[in-house]
Amino acid sequence: MRKYIVFALILVFAALWMFSCSGGETEHLYVYNWGEYISDGSEDSLNVTKEFEAYYEELTGKRMKVHYTTYPSNEDMYAKISSGTSNYDVIVPSDYMIERMIKEDLLAPINLEAVCEKYGAECYYDYIGEDYRGLFYDPDDIYSVPYTYGRIGVIYNTTMVDEADIGGWELMWNEKYAGKILQFNNSRDGFATVQYMLGLDVNSTERADWVSAQEKLLEQKSLIQSYVMDEIYNKMESGEAAVAAYYAGDYFTMLDINEDLGFYYPERTNVFVDAMCIPKGSQNPETAALFINFMLSPEIAIANAEYIYYASPNSLVFEDEGYIEDMGPEAMEILYPEGFNFAEELNTYAYRNLDEGTLEMINSLWEELKITGGMPTHVYVVAGLLAVSIAAAVAAVVIVKKRRARWY
Amino acid sequence: MKRSFMQRAAAAPHIVWSVLFIIAPLIFVVYYSFTDLDGAFTTENIERLFTSNYVLIFVNSLCLALISTVICLVIAYPLAFIFSRMREKWQRVMVLLIMIPLWMNFLITTYSWMTILEDTGIINSMFKAVGLDPVHMINTPAAVVVGMVFCYLPYMILPIYTVMSGIDPKLLEAAADLGCSGWHVMTRVVMPMSLSGVVSGITMVFVPSISTFYISQKLGGGTFQLIGDTIESYFVGTAINYHFGAALSLVLMILILLSMAVMNHYSDAEDEGGRRIK
Repeated sequence: MRKYIVFALILVFAALWMFSCSGGETEHLYVYNWGEYISDGSEDSLNVTKEFEAYYEELTGKRMKVHYTTYPSNEDMYAKISSGTSNYDVIVPSDYMIERMIKEDLLAPINLEAVCEKYGAECYYDYIGEDYRGLFYDPDDIYSVPYTYGRIGVIYNTTMVDEADIGGWELMWNEKYAGKILQFNNSRDGFATVQYMLGLDVNSTERADWVSAQEKLLEQKSLIQSYVMDEIYNKMESGEAAVAAYYAGDYFTMLDINEDLGFYYPERTNVFVDAMCIPKGSQNPETAALFINFMLSPEIAIANAEYIYYASPNSLVFEDEGYIEDMGPEAMEILYPEGFNFAEELNTYAYRNLDEGTLEMINSLWEELKITGGMPTHVYVVAGLLAVSIAAAVAAVVIVKKRRARWY
Repeated sequence: MKRSFMQRAAAAPHIVWSVLFIIAPLIFVVYYSFTDLDGAFTTENIERLFTSNYVLIFVNSLCLALISTVICLVIAYPLAFIFSRMREKWQRVMVLLIMIPLWMNFLITTYSWMTILEDTGIINSMFKAVGLDPVHMINTPAAVVVGMVFCYLPYMILPIYTVMSGIDPKLLEAAADLGCSGWHVMTRVVMPMSLSGVVSGITMVFVPSISTFYISQKLGGGTFQLIGDTIESYFVGTAINYHFGAALSLVLMILILLSMAVMNHYSDAEDEGGRRIK
C-alpha cells in the first residue's frame, strides 16, 4: 500500500513540475550595469526592473524576470563579455569601450523601431537630443543608445581650500594641500589629470608624451594622500581629504553627506557618454531592445536621472519641468552648463580606444609611478633583519641537532 | 586494499571538484603564462618578470608578508600555549572568541580599519580629545601590516593551538621533574612538539599575505604596489593582459611552493631527530 502512495506522490510532483515549466513561461533578461546606476527602489525611488517586469507582462502576457548585476569598471565588464562565458542581454559601456567592442565585433545592432513595432510599444528613441547622436564611437547609431553623460571635475572641501586656489587642475599639485589630495587609482584617469592640465592629448600613442606626463605625476606623488577609486566617497565625506577629481554626478552624492564640498570644472576635462548596448552573445536581443526603449520612456528615464544624478541625453528628461525643479538650479547648472558644446567637447577630450601596445606602455609607466619611492627603506631593514635572524635561528637549531645526534 | 564501488563513488565528487576547480585553473595559468596574445608559445612573459620593476614588486610583497607573518607568530605562539593550558570550558570560549572575527567578511574588516586609522579616524579623534598630537597611520606600510595581522592572526593561532592542546601535560611535568627549568620545558619539549602547528600556521598566514591586494589598496592608499595589485591590474585594469597576469601568478605560486618546501624540509628533519633520540 505504502508503495502506491509513494508512487502516486511522485506522479503528482512530476505533473506539478511539468506544469510549472510549461505553464509558467517566464522569460529572463540579464542586465549588466554600473553599480548605483539605476533607480532601484531604495529611498522611495521607483524600482525600474520591477516596473519593467510588470510592463512586459502587460505587453506580452508572459512573465518576466530581470536579473540585474553590476560592475565597477568598463574593464571588468569587458573582461567578462569578451571571455564569451556570459550571456548578458543589456550592458552600459562608456564611449571608448563601445568603440573597442564594436571593433572587436562584440556588440549586436539595435533596431528599436522594429522591435517596438513588433510589440506594439511606443518608441522613444526620437527623444534623444540631436547633440547626442552620431558620436565618434558609433557614428551611425547602430550599436548604442545613450543613457547618461557627464564630465570629470574637481571636488574640494570649502573649509580647507582657499577660494583663490581653485579653478584648474593645478589645485591637485598645490603644495599647500600636501597630504590632502586624492588621485585616481587607475592609469588612464590618473594620466589624464596631467594631460588636461598641460593641454596634452589624452589619446597620444607616443611614448615620449606619456613619459613627460609621468614626470609630472612623480612630482605630485609626495603630495598625494592616496590613490583611490570608490574610497573617495568615504574620504571626501569625512573631511579626511580636501581635493579630489571625480564625476560630477557623484559630487552630489557626497554633498548630501558633507555640505562643505564644492565643485568646479577645469577648462579642459574628460567628457564621457555611457550608452546601452546589446552584446553579441545575448539570447534575447529583442527583449533587450524593448528594455532599452523602456529605459527611455519618460517616467522611467526621469526616475533614473533623479536617482543617479548624472546628466541625461533624453529630451523627455532634460526638458521636463518637474525634473528641472526637482534637481534645483545649482545641480542643473553643474550637470547642464549653459553654452556647453557637448559633441565638440566629447570629440576633443574623450578617451579613445588605444591599441594593446600603447595600453601596456601606459600601464607599465603607471606601475613605475606606483613603485617609485613607495616603500620606505625601514621596511626593507626590518624585513632583512627578520630574515637574517630567522636564518640564524634555523642554522643554530640544525647545528645543535647535528652535534647532539653525534653524541648519541 | 581494494575499494568497493561505493567507496570509489563517494570519492567521485571530490575528484570532479579538484579537477574542475584546482587542476583545470592551474593548467590555464600555465597555458596563459607561456603563450602570447595570438596563442603562440613564448617565454617573453616570464622574461619580463625579471626586469627591475617586477623584481622590486616581488621584494616589497615578500618583505610585508614576512613582517606580518613574524608578528602573527610572535603574538599567536604564547596565546596558543596559554589557551591550551586552560580548563577545557575556557578553551572552548577562547577558540570561539578567536573565530568571531572570521565570521565577519574581511573586506568589511579592512574597510573599518581604514576609518579607524585615518587622520580624522577613530584613533586620532581620541588622541585629539585627550590633547595628544595626531599620529599619521593610514597609507603607510605599517597600516597594511596591521590589517594583515588582524585578518590572518586566527589562521596562525588555531593550528598552533590544536597541536598544543594535544601535548600531554604529563610530559611537561616529567620534564620539570627531571630538572628542566621553565625555559627548557618550552624549548626542549613544547617547541619541538608544536612545530608542525607552527609550520601550517606560517603557511596559512604567509600565503594570503603575500598575494593580498585589497588590504594594501585600502590601508596602503595605493601609494605602493604589491604583487596582488599588479596581478589584479592585468586582469581588470586598463591594459588587460591575461598572459602576463598568469605569468605573475605562476611565479608567485612557485615562490610559495618553494618556501613551503623549505619549511617542510626543516620540520621533517626535526621529527627525525626526535625519533632518533627516543
